[in-house]
Amino acid sequence: MDVILFLTFAVIAVVCAINVVVQTHPISSALSLVGVMGSLAVLYLLLGAEFIAAAQVIVYAGAVMVLFVFVIMLLNAGAETSKGRSYLIPGAPLLIVFLGLVAFFVQRIFPSSTMVRFGGFTGGGPRDIGNALFTTYLLPFEVTSLLILIAIVGAIVLARKEIE
Amino acid sequence: MMNAVPISWYLTLSAILFALGVAGFLFRRSIITVFMSIELMLNAVNLSFVTFSYQHKEVAGHLFTFFVMVVAAAEAAVGLAIILTVFKNRSTLNIDDVNSMKN
Repeated sequence: MDVILFLTFAVIAVVCAINVVVQTHPISSALSLVGVMGSLAVLYLLLGAEFIAAAQVIVYAGAVMVLFVFVIMLLNAGAETSKGRSYLIPGAPLLIVFLGLVAFFVQRIFPSSTMVRFGGFTGGGPRDIGNALFTTYLLPFEVTSLLILIAIVGAIVLARKEIE
Repeated sequence: MMNAVPISWYLTLSAILFALGVAGFLFRRSIITVFMSIELMLNAVNLSFVTFSYQHKEVAGHLFTFFVMVVAAAEAAVGLAIILTVFKNRSTLNIDDVNSMKN
């Protein structure tokens, strides 16, 4: 069952990721990216990361992608001109060689003795995340809030209209 | 056997997604799609973090993923504001046309 679920959603993720790269219209790319993020959320659930799966759907597939779609609509971004496509001809074989090498080394370094089973790790719920976040990782958590504040101010300053 | 997946499959999937993100970043010309490729790479790295977290039975990888998500959200907000400003000043979304640093 785990194998079937993994393969299904891995294939969906890879197909959607290829679609992100090859589609010429930004809206199609954005929708494919939502597909990648949704299937990754299912894979996180298989790995026992319930909180991260929920955050993936809410933060990435929800907030960030809405922001992307909003900007695409706002700028009325059309399809990309086909200039620069010729890079794909040397690029695609190089990509396949690189992926083959990566797969080879990953198989060598991580032999299949470690298997992922659904329910094999149960430390990824909101309770455990919260515990670690407010004890061991309290300082990074607080620094993160500062980062978000700076990002909000920066985004407003960048995107505001100039006042005459 | 059927209800367990080798950990290397997850890592290979992560590598595939990351490589596709790199390909999109390098080959695409639309600034918005380049930005989406960056998000794809961040997602691939998140998958690695969660996988290693499973391997070591540690929650630290999940927290790193959480922080990466927060940084990605902040980065998306600022980056899209920059894209808006670039479009306002140059009326183009093609990254080849935004090359004033070259001269």
